[in-house]
Amino acid sequence: MISKFLRGNIALSVLAVLVSFVVGGILIALSDPTVQSSASYFTARPTDLLSAIWNAVFGAYDALFRGSVFNYQAATTTGMFKPITETLAFATPITMAGLGLAVAFRSGLFNIGGTGQIIFGAIFAGWVGINLDLPWILHFPLAVLAGVFGGALFGSIVGLLKATTGANEVIVTIMFNYIAALLLSYFLKTPFLQAPHNINPISKPILASAKYPAFLGPNFRLHAGVFAMLAAVALVWWLLNRSTLGFQFRALGHNPSAARVAGINIGLNYVLVMAVSGALAGLAGTSQILGTEGSLTTGVAASFGFDAITVALLGRNNPFGVLAAGILFGGLRAGAVTMQASQGVPIDIVFIVQSMIVLFIAAPPLVRSIFRIRAKVEAA
Amino acid sequence: MKLELRGITKRFGALAANDNVSLVAEAGQIHCLLGENGAGKSTLMNVLYGLYQADSGQILLDDKPVKFSGPGDAMAAGIGMVHQHFMLIPVFTVAENVVLGHEPVKFGGVLDIAAARKKVREISDRFGFDVDPDAIVGELPVGVQQRVEIIKALITDAKVLVFDEPTAVLTPQETDELMAIMRQLRDSGRAIVFITHKLREVKEVADKITVMRLGKVVGEAKPSDTAEAMASMMVGRAVDLEVRKTPAKPGAAGLEVSGLNVWNHEGQQVLNDVSFQIHAGEILVIAGVQGNGQTELTEAILGTQTKHHGSIKLSGHELLGKTVKQVLDAGVGFVPEDRTEDGLVADFTIAENLMLDRSDRAPFAKRGVLQLDFLAKFAAEKVAQYDVRAQGIQAKASQLSGGNQQKVVLARELSRELKLLVASQPTRGLDVGSIEFVHEQIVAARDSGIPVLIVATELDEATQLGDRIAVMYQGKIMGIVPPDTDRTVLGKMMAGLSA
Repeated sequence: MISKFLRGNIALSVLAVLVSFVVGGILIALSDPTVQSSASYFTARPTDLLSAIWNAVFGAYDALFRGSVFNYQAATTTGMFKPITETLAFATPITMAGLGLAVAFRSGLFNIGGTGQIIFGAIFAGWVGINLDLPWILHFPLAVLAGVFGGALFGSIVGLLKATTGANEVIVTIMFNYIAALLLSYFLKTPFLQAPHNINPISKPILASAKYPAFLGPNFRLHAGVFAMLAAVALVWWLLNRSTLGFQFRALGHNPSAARVAGINIGLNYVLVMAVSGALAGLAGTSQILGTEGSLTTGVAASFGFDAITVALLGRNNPFGVLAAGILFGGLRAGAVTMQASQGVPIDIVFIVQSMIVLFIAAPPLVRSIFRIRAKVEAA
Repeated sequence: MKLELRGITKRFGALAANDNVSLVAEAGQIHCLLGENGAGKSTLMNVLYGLYQADSGQILLDDKPVKFSGPGDAMAAGIGMVHQHFMLIPVFTVAENVVLGHEPVKFGGVLDIAAARKKVREISDRFGFDVDPDAIVGELPVGVQQRVEIIKALITDAKVLVFDEPTAVLTPQETDELMAIMRQLRDSGRAIVFITHKLREVKEVADKITVMRLGKVVGEAKPSDTAEAMASMMVGRAVDLEVRKTPAKPGAAGLEVSGLNVWNHEGQQVLNDVSFQIHAGEILVIAGVQGNGQTELTEAILGTQTKHHGSIKLSGHELLGKTVKQVLDAGVGFVPEDRTEDGLVADFTIAENLMLDRSDRAPFAKRGVLQLDFLAKFAAEKVAQYDVRAQGIQAKASQLSGGNQQKVVLARELSRELKLLVASQPTRGLDVGSIEFVHEQIVAARDSGIPVLIVATELDEATQLGDRIAVMYQGKIMGIVPPDTDRTVLGKMMAGLSA
C-alpha cells in the first residue's frame, strides 16, 4: 500500500492539485448566489451567467491569493507582505510534522499518529516553557528539546509495540491520538498544567524566555520556527540519503525481508523510525506552543497531524517535496480566511480542495485517466 | 487439429518480445518450444491463448485463421493450457475445480456436481490419471494437482494442449509420469506444445523442437542432437554444460550440524533430528523436492528461525541462537532462495544493494555517515568483476535480469571474508549462461578452502555440483551419498523411500 504512494511522480502531484482547484472552482460557482439567480434566466441572457461564474471563481481565487501570497489591495507595505508570512506561519508546523510522517512512510510504517505526537511535544515543551525560570539562551533550547523528546518518546512506544508484539502501527497510532488528546485535556483541568484560578482548560502563558523569537516584530505571527523548519528539511534529506540510519530505514521500507536477511535489526529500526518520526512531529508541537500560541490549550494540534499526512503524500515523501506541499497547505489555510471575509465563500471549500488532493493522490489512476497519461511508459 | 502461428510479432514499447515468430504444431506430435527465460516463449503462448493481441501475424487452426480476444475464445476453439503456476482453488474439490467457469447446472440453476464428478472420473480412467474427483485439491501432491490442471483442459475437449514449464515443481518420478501422460495425449491425436528450458526433457519426449532466443525463432533442432548443440542455439554461443571442478580436497570439519530440530510458526516440526558435517573445501548438496525442510535448514543457519533445538557449529563456534548479524559477522555468506524477496531491495540501486549487509561499518560508513565515494568505487569494481550487465551502478535492481540480480547477490556475499557459503537454489530461474557463471563462483568458493552448503531441487545440479549429496524428505535426512549415485536411487530417496 505504501510502496504505491512512493512510486507516484511529481507530475501526478501537480496534476492532483490542479484538478482539485478546478473542482473547487466548480463548487464555488455552484454555491454563489449570483450564479444561482442568473442561471434561472440563462436562455434569455446567457452572458449574465458566464460573467457571474467568472466573477465568483476569479474573485474567490483572487482573494485566496491576496490572503496567502501578496495583498496588492493593502494600504501599507506591512499589510502587503503579511499574507506570505501568514502562509509560512501555517506551513511551519504542517511541514515539520509532514517531514516526520515522510520518514515513517519511507520506512514502511504508516504513522497516522502525527496528532498525538504533536500534542506530546507540546505538553513537554509547554511544561518546560511554563515552569522553568532560565535565561533565553538556556530556556528556549531546553524547551524545544523537551518537545522533540516528548514526540520521540510517544512515537517510539508505537515502534516498540510493533517490534515486540507485532501490533499494527496504523491502529496503535490512531488510538494513541485519542490517548494524547484526552491526556492533554485532563492535564489542562488539573493543577499539573491548568492556570491557577482559571476554570477554562488553559495553561499559564509560556514564559518569554522559552519562545521562538518573533523576528518580524509583534505584528506578525511568523516566528523563528520557520528556520527550524528549513533546517529540519535539510536534516531529513541528509538522514535519508547520506546516513547509515536512513539507508537502513529505506531498506526496511522497500523490502523488510531482504533487510532482515542482510543482518539489519528490524525491531530496533521500527523503534528508531518511530522515534525520529515522532521527534519531528514533536518539533511541530514546539512551533505551535513556543511560537504561535501563547499558552497550551486542547486545540494545540489543530488539524496539523492529519494535514501532515496529506503533505507527506503530496510531497511524495521527499523532504523538499514535503516543504513545497507544506507551503501550499499553509497558503490554503491563510488564504481561506480572506476568501471567506471578502467574497463570502465558505471556508469549507478550502477543506474540500484539500480533501480532493488526498483523493486524487490516493487514486493515481483517476488523475491518469483524466489526463490520459498512459501507464505504458512504465512498462517500457 | 493442426495449430499454426504465422509471423507473430508482439511489442512492449521498444522491446519486441516476439519478432516474426512462426511455428506449426501437428496433431499427434509433441512440439517443444525451447528457450531461455525471457526468450519470448510465454509471450507467444499468451498471444495464442488470447491474453495478448499480436501486433501482426496470424493464428491458424487447421489452416483457418482465427482470432482470440480472450482465453474463453481460445478454449472454445479447442486450445487448452496447463500453466506453470496452477490456476486451482485449493479449498475446492477436484470436480469443483475442473468445472469452474463452465459449471453443469440442473434445473433451477443448481450445480450438477454428480455430472462433474462423472466427467472427471471418465477422463481420469481413460488416461490412467488416478485422480479422485472428491479430493480437496490443496491436500493433493503437486504432481496430482498438475493432473487436475490437465483434466481441466481435457474436459473442454482441447485438441491442442500447451504445457508451460510444467516440470519446474515436480520430482524426477513425477516428471517421468508427466512425460508418459504427454505421450499418451499425443497418441490420442492431440497436438502438444511443450514449453521448457530443460534439455533432458526435450531430448526425451520431443518429436519436433523449435528454439527461440531474444524473441526470435533461431532454428529447429532434432531430438537426436546433443544437449550442448541445443544449449548453444538457446544462448547463441558455445556453452559448457558440465560443471568443471577438480576433485574436492576436504579438510577439517567446518560446519557441524547435530540433532537439529526446528518448529515453524504454526508449531509444526519442519526439521527432525538433522545431523551432518561439511568439511572445508567441500560442497554438500541438500537435494530434495521443494518444501521438505531445506528452506528452514538454511534459515536456521542464518538465524531467522526462532524455535529450535540442537546445534550448528561453524569451526567450533555455536551459530544457533545468534542474531542474523552475528551469524553474518561469523563469516557466513548467504544466497537466499528467493532473491527478489530476500536477496535484494528491488528499488535500490546496484550500489546500494552491494552494501546492504555492511552499511553500518567501515569502509562503507564512518561514524554513521555513508561513504558514497567508496561505495561508487567498490560497486564499479564488483560490477566489472562479476560481469553484471546493467546501465551502470545506479541502475535499480528491479531493472536487471534474473542472472544479473543473482550476480549482484553473489558479489555482495562473496566480497566478505567467508568461513561458510550457504546458497539456496542458486540457479533457480537463471539462463544457461548465468548458471555456468554461478557454478564457477561456487566451485571457486569451495576451492578457497571453505565448506559450501547448496540446496538444489534439480537432480542434475545436485549431482554435478555436489561432492556429497544429502537427500531430505519431510524434514529428515534420508541419507548422504556420493554424487555418482544412480538417479533412480536418488529419486526414491527424494520420495521418502530409504536407499
